[in-house]
Amino acid sequence: MDNTTYIIAFIAVATAATFLTRVIPFLFLSRHHEHPLLLHIGRYLPAAVMALLVVVFLLRSANWSAPAFGADALIPCALVVILHLWRRNALLSIVAGTAAYMAIQQSGLFNL
Amino acid sequence: MSAALFRQTLPILFGYLPLGMAFGVLFTAQLDYAWWYAPLMGVTIFAGAGQILGVSLIAAGAGMLEVFVAMFVLNARHLFYGLSLLGQFRGAGWRKIYLIFGLTDETYSLLTSRPRPGPKAEEQRNDFLITLCNQVYWVVGCAVGALLGDNVAFDSTGIEFALVALFIVLTIEQYKALGEQFPLWTGALAAAVAVTLLPPAHQLIGAVVLGTSALLVQYRWRKVATEGPARG
Repeated sequence: MDNTTYIIAFIAVATAATFLTRVIPFLFLSRHHEHPLLLHIGRYLPAAVMALLVVVFLLRSANWSAPAFGADALIPCALVVILHLWRRNALLSIVAGTAAYMAIQQSGLFNL
Repeated sequence: MSAALFRQTLPILFGYLPLGMAFGVLFTAQLDYAWWYAPLMGVTIFAGAGQILGVSLIAAGAGMLEVFVAMFVLNARHLFYGLSLLGQFRGAGWRKIYLIFGLTDETYSLLTSRPRPGPKAEEQRNDFLITLCNQVYWVVGCAVGALLGDNVAFDSTGIEFALVALFIVLTIEQYKALGEQFPLWTGALAAAVAVTLLPPAHQLIGAVVLGTSALLVQYRWRKVATEGPARG
C-alpha cells in the first residue's frame, strides 16, 4: 500500500468507526436505552477508557531505562494534573504539559 | 442564524480553534503528508481526540483493523450520547443524519444544556446550525494549524505528548462528573496488565477488553448484592 492509498484508507476507516459510535444508538438501541446493563456501561466505561489511554500512552512516552526512571514524562504528567485541578482550563493544561515535555526531551535533561 | 444562537457557540469557537490548530500542527510535524489532509480529517471524521490519536496510529503505520478498533473504542462514549438524544432528534428529517454525525463531546454538551424555548422543529433547525458552526470552527482550526506547522520551522520533538495531556484532562473531567474513582483504577489496572503481557500492537485492544470485562463482572456483583442471591 503506498502512502496516499494508506492515508485515504485510514481516513475512510476512521470516519466509519467514528460515525458508527454516533449512529448505533439511533439504529439499534432505541428500545433498550433504559436497560440497566447499558446504563451501567454508559456510566463507567468512558472514565475507564480514558484512564487506560493515559496509562498506555504515558508508559510509551517515558524513558524507563534512564536513571531518572520515567521522570521525563512523569513530571509533565504531574504538571497537567496539578494545573487542571487548579485552573480547570483544558487548553492551558494541555499546552503547558506538552511544552514541559518538549523542553525536557529537547534538552536531554533526564537522559544522563 | 440569530445573534443569540451564534453567541451560544462562542465557548466552542474558543475551544475548537486552538485544539484544531494543535491537531494541525501535530499532523504536519509528525507526518509527511500534504497539509490539507488535516482539515479533510476534520470534515469527514470530526472527532478531536480521535484525530489526535489518529496521528500516532498513522505514524506507527497501524493496520486497518487496529485503526477501526482504536477509533471505535476511543469514541465509544458517543454511543451513550445518542441514547440520551433519541427523543430530541426524532422527526428532524434530513437534518437528523448530520446531527448524529456531528455529535462530538462539545456539541453534545451544548445541545443538551442550551435553552429550548421555541417549537420542536425550530429548535431542531437551531441544533443543526449550532452543529454546523462547531464543525466550521473545527475544520478552520485544523487547516490553520496544519499550514502553520508546514510553514514555520521549529523543533517539534516531543509534541506528541499533547495526546497524553489531552487524555489526562479528559480523565480528570470524567472523574469530576462521576465522583467515583473505581472506573479510573479499573482502566489503569487493565492498561498496566495489557502493557506488561502483550506486544505494543495489541495493548490498546487488550486493555479495553480487560476493562470492559471488569465492568461487566462488577455489574453482576452489584445486581447480586441488590437483588440477593439467585434462587433455583
